[in-house]
Amino acid sequence: MISMLYLMNARGDIVISRQYRDDVSQATTDSFRLKVLGAKEGGTSAPIRSIDSSTFVYCRHLNMYFVAVTRSNVNPSLVLEFLYQKIRVLQAYLGETFTEDKIRNNFTLLYELFDETMDFGYPQNTSIDVLKLYINLGKQKARVVEDQASLTSQITGAIDWRREGIRHKRNEVYIDVLESVNLLLSQTGGILRQEVTGSVMMNTKLTGMPECKFGLNDKLSVEKDKNSSNAGKSGVSIDDCTFHRCVSLGRFDADRTITFIPPDGEFELMKYRVTENINLPFRVIAAIQEDGQTRVSINVKLSATFSEKLFASSVVLKIPVPENTARCKIKTTMGRAKYSPEDSAILFKLKRFQGQSESMLSADVTLMPTVNKTAWSRPPIGLDFSVPMFTASGVHVRFLKVFDKSGYTTNRWVRYITKSGDSYNIRI
Amino acid sequence: MPSKSKGSAGGSDSRFFTTQKKGEMHELRQELHSSDRSVKVDAVKKVIANMTVGKDVSMLFTDVLNCIQTDNIELKKLVYLYLINYAKSQPEKTLLAVNTFVKDANDPNPLIRALAVRTMGCIRVERITEYLCEPLSRSLRDEDPYVRKTAAVCVAKLYDIAPELVEDRGFLEILHDLISDANPSVVANGVAALSEIAETSGKDVMKISTSVLQKLLAALNECTEWGQVFILDSLSKYTPADAKEAEGIIERVTPRLQHANSAVVMSAVKVVLNYMNMITAEDTIRTLTRKLAPPLVTLLNSEPETQYVALRNINLIVQKRPAILENEIKVFFAKYNDPIYVKMEKLEIIIKLVSERNVEQVLLELKEYATEVDVDFVRKSVSAIGRCAIKLERAAERCISVLLELIQSKVNYVVQEAVVVIKDIFRRYPNKYESVIATLCENLETLDEPEAKASMIWIIGEYAERIDNADELLDSFLESFEEEDPSVQLSLLTATVKCFLKAPEQTQEMVQRVLDMATEESDNPDLRDRGFVYWRLLSTDPEAAKAVVLSERPVIEDDTSKLEPELLDTLIRQIATLSSIYHKPPELFVTRANIRASADTDEDEYAYEDENDVGAEGGGGGGGPVDLLDMGGVDLNGGSNGVANGGGAGGDLFGLGGGEGGGGGASVQKVQVCDGSSSGGVVVSVGFACTNNSPSMEMDFVNNSASPIASLAVQFNKNAFSLSPANQAINFATPIMPGSTGSFSLGLTINPAMAAPVQPGVPAPATVQVAIKRLDNGSVFYFASNFELECIFTQSGALERSAFIATWKAIPDTNELYSTVQLSGSNIDTAIQKLASKNVFFIARRPVPNAPDQEVVYVSCAGSNGTSFLAELTFKAGVNACKLCVKSENTSYSGLAKDAIERCLK
Repeated sequence: MISMLYLMNARGDIVISRQYRDDVSQATTDSFRLKVLGAKEGGTSAPIRSIDSSTFVYCRHLNMYFVAVTRSNVNPSLVLEFLYQKIRVLQAYLGETFTEDKIRNNFTLLYELFDETMDFGYPQNTSIDVLKLYINLGKQKARVVEDQASLTSQITGAIDWRREGIRHKRNEVYIDVLESVNLLLSQTGGILRQEVTGSVMMNTKLTGMPECKFGLNDKLSVEKDKNSSNAGKSGVSIDDCTFHRCVSLGRFDADRTITFIPPDGEFELMKYRVTENINLPFRVIAAIQEDGQTRVSINVKLSATFSEKLFASSVVLKIPVPENTARCKIKTTMGRAKYSPEDSAILFKLKRFQGQSESMLSADVTLMPTVNKTAWSRPPIGLDFSVPMFTASGVHVRFLKVFDKSGYTTNRWVRYITKSGDSYNIRI
Repeated sequence: MPSKSKGSAGGSDSRFFTTQKKGEMHELRQELHSSDRSVKVDAVKKVIANMTVGKDVSMLFTDVLNCIQTDNIELKKLVYLYLINYAKSQPEKTLLAVNTFVKDANDPNPLIRALAVRTMGCIRVERITEYLCEPLSRSLRDEDPYVRKTAAVCVAKLYDIAPELVEDRGFLEILHDLISDANPSVVANGVAALSEIAETSGKDVMKISTSVLQKLLAALNECTEWGQVFILDSLSKYTPADAKEAEGIIERVTPRLQHANSAVVMSAVKVVLNYMNMITAEDTIRTLTRKLAPPLVTLLNSEPETQYVALRNINLIVQKRPAILENEIKVFFAKYNDPIYVKMEKLEIIIKLVSERNVEQVLLELKEYATEVDVDFVRKSVSAIGRCAIKLERAAERCISVLLELIQSKVNYVVQEAVVVIKDIFRRYPNKYESVIATLCENLETLDEPEAKASMIWIIGEYAERIDNADELLDSFLESFEEEDPSVQLSLLTATVKCFLKAPEQTQEMVQRVLDMATEESDNPDLRDRGFVYWRLLSTDPEAAKAVVLSERPVIEDDTSKLEPELLDTLIRQIATLSSIYHKPPELFVTRANIRASADTDEDEYAYEDENDVGAEGGGGGGGPVDLLDMGGVDLNGGSNGVANGGGAGGDLFGLGGGEGGGGGASVQKVQVCDGSSSGGVVVSVGFACTNNSPSMEMDFVNNSASPIASLAVQFNKNAFSLSPANQAINFATPIMPGSTGSFSLGLTINPAMAAPVQPGVPAPATVQVAIKRLDNGSVFYFASNFELECIFTQSGALERSAFIATWKAIPDTNELYSTVQLSGSNIDTAIQKLASKNVFFIARRPVPNAPDQEVVYVSCAGSNGTSFLAELTFKAGVNACKLCVKSENTSYSGLAKDAIERCLK
């Protein structure tokens, strides 16, 4: 299992470390510093390295490395997930973008967390809500003994993500369905790859230990309920989904119902993946021609395919130009565009873009003559956008039922938003 | 309810780090003894802060320890933390803390009880362990689950320090009972602790029975994500009784494939894959195959690090069960923004999944990648196109035309990589695509890397008759012959000879020049040897030369990243472990246990691991291990194939060391050193012998692999005897067919360069570590064998009587080693004869003065690695045994010499 955990800054100083086993030493960290940081490899080389028969598994938060060292044949996914979880825990305690100084300022808390989340290299309790119950900035409040007993059963219990006795004046659930679309179009406009990854984020403010039942319009569960009011509608076929650990996977496997006792506050209930029948919110048609060695002419048409009642925001089209670009003469029918030398691209920005509308851009690019004869690699055009109240997959929430002993009523709010994924690309 | 406001953590611990003044330690010491609690807490924090930045604060040990008796849990935690760090350096003083630990382990607060048990386990001072047992056994039965789960892990900690203690005290049984605990966290930690103990001890302490199995499966639904991983990993080691049980467990495990935690998913995949082997019903397999694909694909939407783990595992899975992902090739297409290590792994998988159905699409992708920015990725993409061609005959033409298009880009590294793969394509489909040679020849000046040059030269030599100006092209390379890389030189030499054999008139002068340069001006032995072989061949029998050099070469296949079936099976069992990342069985990189055992005997022992930095292997398949062996003359390059195949004529030059090869040599006791599990099915037994004063290693091979073994290459690690093989090549007169056996006698020489340093006074290790490489598939395996020192006893080991007496007296008595040897008879003369036959020389013989029935014999011997030994044997009439006393100036080898003489006497 994990022998040592440490945080290293970009300079290679250890910010804080905790050794769980004595088969590695502090000196071991030197070899990591030399081989990974020294070689400026962070980010380009594999996140799992064997150096001098120790294995280093690492990931990054801002400019800090979270490194786990081991000498045994560990489960690498377990180590990585633990590191991610560790970062999330620290974010909950120290803020989303905690820095090295933040850690130094709270080192006693850090040590407590190191000890509570891992024992002898085995991950223990990493649930933020529960950790916060008894680890609080090193200031442990004296508790009466009965309290301790309920606390420990909470820490070790089957439902370690929610404590009993939560009360809210108003019982509310906010549901956000976030989709990101990944797309790759070939030069000829053919679809090489398209995929929607969605996630259902929830923010619950519910009293007691409510049991929730949640349903999307996915094909299998819709078909199951054929005889109910949904008859006639066809659902979205979801390729695969994963659930927060509060969801009973056994129930889902048996009858596709999503049941859970939610954590209090924000959490990601599920993630899903759809690859069929995707409504692409934008079409891009591009013609980019290299005229000899010194000129490139660009014509791009961007059109929104979604309903005219909706508006997309922060639309940015990134059109690559050669690195030796000297000047760009750009004309657009809507929105603003400018040449950005550091990106080697023309950035075409539209703050608000109505459904069913379109915008054109044409540009004349003049190049500086160079001695370098290698051809321009023509990287793909990239598109960023977000479209509220639209799902590219067609997924929508069918129901959320909340059952609690006290039988209160719950207010529900549902929002949808579709964004570009990490690659919405058009090859040119 | 803790407030949710983020970033509100208002810590100010940094003040404890403020710079040190002189006398600070003194000040700290006083503060630690302060009666004001907050001053005390701050002082301990300062101490810990110093510890964090790496300053030695161990001198404050007693003072910090003084603070341990407190009911302030924060202070207690800090003191405990300090203790864990410095206990090892102050074991005596740590004992002072024991009372507090024992007391805390009885505290009414379960958090404190757990804290005490957890900390005690972390203090790795052996004398503490005795005191730990009592509280631990109580904690294992504590009413509070938090204490029990902490105690469960503590058993594993204790086992690491004192395994006997754990077994004697019956902790393993209690731990096993915890699997049935009502609390899921306790079950999870119990499983984790038992699994670890099972792994380190090699004993089946887990003992999964039907009832245990049911409990594990039940706990799976309740425990935390980490607990689920522990349970799934231990399930994967269990072998179900039959297909029905396997199916039953799989059914309970598959819902885990939907978990948000990728570790749970990977471990579930591992269980399903392992159990699938038990299942024969085809439709069940088909259902499972369908079920496994989506979660694997979903993993590719996670963080890049997780993707990397998934891809390395998928690489194995597609080799074992191609059906799972055969229709998903598109998801492995690289995204423009993927980190480079993800792109490289995706490329590997694309090549594995490419088929005639999707090759068009794949080629378009690869062509696109070949224009990207990252040089390594571009190169790999270009070479991937070639591998598609080699894999799919029908697509070869398309692939070649894509390669030609890429060559037109004139990008230096693209052209070079393309040339290298085109050479391979020629070797796969001889005489089919020579039309492209013209295009290649246009790009000669772009080539500046040895591999590309060597490939191009090989092509020119091979197709010399179809290239009008082949001689001119070669000539242009020859100008810089001396500066070239050895691989290019070898290639040039062979190509020129080929060219000469095909068109002797134009190239006579050229071939003469090359042979001159190779044999006279070069100091590279490989080049010289090859030069001489060609020279002799050409001068004695040109027809034979033709037969050898221009012989037909075997067609190659694309196996650059294919794993041996046995290794693959081993690795599939290791899915979701580091083994699956490195694609190596765990024993090759997990050295934890070994290091403890031999930490001070032989540092060099791990040289193999070091050279073979497993992580550095970016996915180049077999590339890594090959470098291990300096293959010397047995080059695998295309250019040398002519010689290697020709065999016969060049035999006298290459076969020197193996002269007595294949004959089996003297009858030697052989020990099995390699059971085939890590060597792709080759079982090796080894013994050492000495014939005509030259040592040899006698080897027996059993070939349980799928392909015949014709030749091997062998390499030794540095060893205490300076041994090295006389010849690195092992060529079998008749290849060992699968299922049959063969033997070989490997001549050994003493090579000072191979000496592993042995520290004076420390016994030299008897082991010789050997690496063997199969030349047919490039796989390498390792074993170690104990060398027998008598095999290198030389004839010069005899000493003059006077010299013997002087030496004997000069060596202190403390260097003596004694033993008693059982003999078959009591005849002293026979014993002396036996010894003499092994180069242990008789010096003198005299009766023992006060014991008339005893006689003493003095002998001496010397090892050819520069060691010498004196020995005294005491015989007693009528007793079939003798007393042996060995004396040497170099005590490191005395033990080995004693064992050697004992064996000689038998």
